[in-house]
Amino acid sequence: MTTQTTASTTAAAPAATTPTGLIGIPPHIGRALATGGSVLAVISTFLAWTWTSAFPGNLTVYGYPGGLQVLVLVGGALATLFALASYGVKGLGWLTPAGADAAVKYATLGTFATAWYTVLAISFDLGGLVNLEPGGYVVAAATLIALLGALALPFERPEPDPFDPDDTGWERFKHNTGHNLAILRAAFAAGSPRPVRALPSYAEILIIVAVLALALVVFTYGIGTEYDELFVGFLITAGFGFSALHRSGLITQASQITARHQNITVCGAFIAAACFPFTQTDDQYATLGVYILIFATVALGLNIVVGLAGLLDLGYVAFLGVGAYAAALVSGSPSSPFGVHFPFWAAVLVGAVASLVFGVLIGAPTLRLRGDYLAIVTLGFGEIFRIAVNNTDGTSGPDLTNGSNGIASIPDLKILGFDLGVQHEIAGFTIGRFANYFFLMLLITAVVVLVFRRSGDSRIGRAWVAIREDETAALAMGINGFRVKLIAFAVGATLAGLAGTVQAHVTYTVTPEQYLFAGTTPPNSAFLLAAVVLGGMGTIAGPLIGAALLFLIPNKLQFLGDFQLLAFGIALVLLMRFRPEGLIPNRRRQLEFHEEDDAPAVLSKTGA
Amino acid sequence: MTTDTTTKDTAPGASAPGTTVLDARGVTMRFGGLTAVRDVDLTVSSGEIVGLIGPNGAGKTTFFNCLTGLYVPTEGEVRYKGKVLPPKSFKVTAAGIARTFQNIRLFANMTVLENVLVGRHTRTKEGFWSAVLRGPGFHKAEAASRERATELLEFVGLAAKADHLARNLPYGEQRKLEIARALASEPGLLLLDEPTAGMNPQETRAAEELIFAIRDQGTAVLVIEHDMRFIFNLCDRVAVLVQGQKLIEGDPATVQGDERVIAAYIGEPLENDPGAAEAAEVEAAEAAAEAEAEDEAATDAAPGKENDR
Repeated sequence: MTTQTTASTTAAAPAATTPTGLIGIPPHIGRALATGGSVLAVISTFLAWTWTSAFPGNLTVYGYPGGLQVLVLVGGALATLFALASYGVKGLGWLTPAGADAAVKYATLGTFATAWYTVLAISFDLGGLVNLEPGGYVVAAATLIALLGALALPFERPEPDPFDPDDTGWERFKHNTGHNLAILRAAFAAGSPRPVRALPSYAEILIIVAVLALALVVFTYGIGTEYDELFVGFLITAGFGFSALHRSGLITQASQITARHQNITVCGAFIAAACFPFTQTDDQYATLGVYILIFATVALGLNIVVGLAGLLDLGYVAFLGVGAYAAALVSGSPSSPFGVHFPFWAAVLVGAVASLVFGVLIGAPTLRLRGDYLAIVTLGFGEIFRIAVNNTDGTSGPDLTNGSNGIASIPDLKILGFDLGVQHEIAGFTIGRFANYFFLMLLITAVVVLVFRRSGDSRIGRAWVAIREDETAALAMGINGFRVKLIAFAVGATLAGLAGTVQAHVTYTVTPEQYLFAGTTPPNSAFLLAAVVLGGMGTIAGPLIGAALLFLIPNKLQFLGDFQLLAFGIALVLLMRFRPEGLIPNRRRQLEFHEEDDAPAVLSKTGA
Repeated sequence: MTTDTTTKDTAPGASAPGTTVLDARGVTMRFGGLTAVRDVDLTVSSGEIVGLIGPNGAGKTTFFNCLTGLYVPTEGEVRYKGKVLPPKSFKVTAAGIARTFQNIRLFANMTVLENVLVGRHTRTKEGFWSAVLRGPGFHKAEAASRERATELLEFVGLAAKADHLARNLPYGEQRKLEIARALASEPGLLLLDEPTAGMNPQETRAAEELIFAIRDQGTAVLVIEHDMRFIFNLCDRVAVLVQGQKLIEGDPATVQGDERVIAAYIGEPLENDPGAAEAAEVEAAEAAAEAEAEDEAATDAAPGKENDR
């Protein structure tokens, strides 16, 4: 980054310099390099990158990209498209409503990262660069060239602040660093996208369908990645690809369109999710799917408590546990002291009501507390639940929950004669046990989404947000703070209990150790909260995506082993530093955290 | 003084002019050994604008908080339309007393319209189930709330900014929005805590107009303010609070001329101070002239000229 020093000296004479890139290559050559490099990268994915199939994914075949090559192919294709659009090629203009250059930069960066990750992974796994075939060198060179070319694309440099002549060396250094960071940020910043043209509504609905289909494909691919390297590559490509699409303005336009058809989008999203089991040939990944869905549903329930009403609940998983235990106790399991077998609807009611009762019992005395105190009390309650369940084993307490052995062999559900425990053939597709539960869980998720959307946009939802914003003012506006908070707490608890009733049947066994405050496997209270915060408080899509990521990452990256929690902590710190509003920001939150940006003053209803 | 304004557009919470809306008797507030408010009586009748002034730390805001249920007075009682006020601020609002805050307390990250809708909370009933099930009653109530909120925004002149975030409004408009939010709860009595703090003269004028308009709708108003010119123009009656005790209460002219008030604000004049009389004369004349020029309230303030002692 030697070019920045010249930038700060030229700024002394504020002449209108022509915008330049980060790298001193003329922009037209840079653009050509970016395009050519991306095309070459696409071509190189059809070559062999290594000589042996010892590296997973079989990258040895000419003419047929496999494994990580597919990801590089996707990234390269995206970069090529954006680069061609930046030339103003007819028919591609719609790709870049916010200008192509930033999108090209992100796309080439993503392709570069994926390709170099692959090449390095091959070298490390197989022990040396000799294991690379020419194709490996080609892709490395091509993506590097494309990235360098993209970095040469011009951008508007920010004006440096003038120096204070009294600055010490350290202050000067800080000043310079700050300015360099600003330049770097500007290099990757995009303009504001032009508003989306009014399309006939069938076309808009088609676009929504396409977006949802794309999301389903990406999710299915991610969940189906078979080895660590592919999943890391997937995360890199998906992350940068998403950023590139965002910089191109497509995401903004898409969210404008979905905002116009919110109901269709939500229904479509559920249909897309319901398609997921049909894309699977066996039950292996449907298992992941149903666990993700349980986790995500509970996270969404927590989002009512944390995101809307602003009550920090650190023991939320206990309500999931209450629901699961309640359902398990009436499920007819041989380890249950009650020898009853309720039908599913009754078990769901029992689970939800039990959680509701516990929610009110816990909430009534504690919700008079504010902020941190509530967090501590809920944390304590979460632990009390676990320990109490551990102790009600007949020796240290009444025989109720079978102690640490838990309630085992919970029978599978039968709903209206449909046995969820066995495989079914539907339209030629085999739907296994976990896929059955996936559908059931999807229904529960739909209920939670419905409750979240409808209650959020109503008198009670506004009262929650008001309480979160300023409790004193909310009270002065006639809101019964305690009552409103108790409703939020009870609703959150009930929804978690609802998910718990299904969870008990999915996992066959409920034990106290499933409901920890923090552990390596979600759902636990810490991960639930992390999913909400990571995804974006107060949104629907946020916790769902946050939960999916938080479930998949530890599940797929087994090699992290004992460092999982450390890596998780570091990732969370970084995210909070650089994107405190979460991956899918609530419009309000984004404004809250980025006051200095000249954000649009009008709050439109974007994002489902 | 009796209001001669025609209440053409009566607010829902309003009552017939002349009836006592607020009746505070012997309100005393102690914090440990400190007595912030001592034995204060105050009545406010409907259709009246009453001012509450006093030097910094005189206990004005504490007294306000006693009226709105944020504090429970140690002694004495506050009656609103004959009923003793409940000790919870949300119940006070439901009873019909709404307030604004000295340091603006809007819901900064909600839109302007949503802020006013929150103010409607006590006058609507739709609970959680209604929100989830969305029956016809829900839609009707929501539409009615929105309509009323939009009317209020038009009333204070913020209708064009209904979708803006409250935090992005300029200062003066935030004050207006706070008033609109308070009015949304259909109060019979509106308490304004320093509504013109930090405003420029034009904004102060606009605030004055707004408060007169609120009074004309039949809502009684109690104002705390430091801006003397503003308060003497605006109010039908002024009470002065000094060190937690009510020093004097009366029409603006009487209060303006009272020696103890001047002493409390400026300090005791020197014995035979040659400049004091002239200064007071000039000030009073100025205030009167100002008032006369500005609006019909001057008809009340004009007799104040005689107070040149």
